[in-house]
Amino acid sequence: MLSFDFDYYKPVTLKEAVQLLETLEQQEKKTMVFSGGTELITLGRIDLSITEAVIDIKDIQECRVMGLNEKNLVLGSALSLTKIEKANLFPLLTKVSSEIADHTARGKITLGGNICAKIFYREAVLPFLLTDSQVIIAGAKGIKVLSIHDIFHEELQLEKGDILLQLETEKSFLGSPFLCIKRRQQWNSGYPLITICALKVGNEIRVAISGFCPFPFRSKVVEEILNNDRLSLEERINTVIEVLPGPILNDVEGSSKYRVFVLKNLLREIMMSLKVEV
Amino acid sequence: MKTHTIVLNVNREIHMVTVRSADTLLYVLRSKLGLTGAKPGCLNGDCGACTVNVDGWPMKSCLMLAVEAVGKKITTIEGLKDTPIQQAFVENFAFQCGYCTPGFIMNCHSLIEQHPDADDEKIREWLESNICRCTGYEEIKNAIKSVLNKD
Ligand SMILES: Cc1cc2nc3c(=O)[nH]c(=O)nc-3n(C[C@H](O)[C@H](O)[C@H](O)COP(=O)(O)OP(=O)(O)OC[C@H]3O[C@@H](n4cnc5c(N)ncnc54)[C@H](O)[C@@H]3O)c2cc1C
Ligand code: FES
Ligand code: FES
Repeated sequence: MLSFDFDYYKPVTLKEAVQLLETLEQQEKKTMVFSGGTELITLGRIDLSITEAVIDIKDIQECRVMGLNEKNLVLGSALSLTKIEKANLFPLLTKVSSEIADHTARGKITLGGNICAKIFYREAVLPFLLTDSQVIIAGAKGIKVLSIHDIFHEELQLEKGDILLQLETEKSFLGSPFLCIKRRQQWNSGYPLITICALKVGNEIRVAISGFCPFPFRSKVVEEILNNDRLSLEERINTVIEVLPGPILNDVEGSSKYRVFVLKNLLREIMMSLKVEV
Repeated sequence: MKTHTIVLNVNREIHMVTVRSADTLLYVLRSKLGLTGAKPGCLNGDCGACTVNVDGWPMKSCLMLAVEAVGKKITTIEGLKDTPIQQAFVENFAFQCGYCTPGFIMNCHSLIEQHPDADDEKIREWLESNICRCTGYEEIKNAIKSVLNKD
């Protein structure tokens, strides 16, 4: 139970949702898109989130699509993580998703909610960063289709009134070899110390990381170093550590020094398991 | 609207109830419908004490607003009568203080329905959603395995 009141709307069409967002904006009402809704329910309880209105998008058909077309896999933002895992159309995403929270909570947490979350791990974005996916957004000005690299910088750069509708991933990536490792401080479920995902495309390795900095990232510079065959494995790993973005997290999950130590080991494991030539 | 008069289908009974948008399903089940089987624990999605079954799947009722449950079939521990998993909990001494028990049973019940052939890995994955402060995990695992094996 939350201690503040808010209006709850559950539109069934996208048009209705966009119009509602516009109207509430004109009325200067603080409004939140509500997908799984776990952020408002958990952070609202301890006064870290507050709203005057919520728009529940779970009945909007465009937010619930899941399927393959000629070129792409299309996933709606309001799909629960367990639905995505059960269909298993994108094995790398299935793996990442199956490590988020716990099985019951994943029946409520949605793909779009995790990617747009205030809680900064946003682990479900990693597979989309690795596969240069497209992000489909609906707003007052219509539908926008953008490369994830143009719109996801630490977090999804949505404008007021925007709704994340879908993510589109080229089918050709779905079968690429991958490895995803989530290291936690303790237990088998919950937030990561570090989560690293790697995808091998041809002979090149791509990596995306959550839990190292206060945002998830994929870095071209890091990948250039990891794929530089003039360097030994240890040289690559040591150089990567020099060019990582900052700040490095230093919190109850682990100190920044420990995170660097763990990341080095993870990089070694990934390079060896995915048989990157060194 | 900040308050709503909604219809909830709980344990195959239809209830009309007036709720705030901000009321969780857990709160409404316990305080408005008198169904106190689902337990408040962390209220944060971590412990699983509040687990019920929504449309056949386990759901932490502290993570769901009551207004979100309209049109869905909700089953609480009060809705289970003489099921094999309840019997198995008794036979395997799968509880001590019993606070986590309704949540565990609802999760196990959903698992048996969705995956009657669940292997150890599946059992581990599903049961990780619940915490037992009395650490009766071994007995709980034995209870669910005894039901799955029978089937
Ligand atoms: C028990 C528990 C364990 C967790 N463990 C992990 C973990 O291991 N790893 C991890 O990464 N996260 C974890 N989380 C965090 C969780 O994934 C995020 O809080 C996520 O926001 C929840 O998804 P949701 O669908 O409930 O989001 P919501 O609460 O619906 O939304 C989250 C935010 O995104 C916005 N939003 C949602 N959908 C859209 C959309 N389509 N368009 C625009 N904005 C939108 C909302 O307005 C809100 O600000 C955990 C959370 C819980 C409760
Ligand atoms: S009370 Fe709902 S998960 Fe703990
Ligand atoms: S039996 Fe006491 S918490 Fe599980």
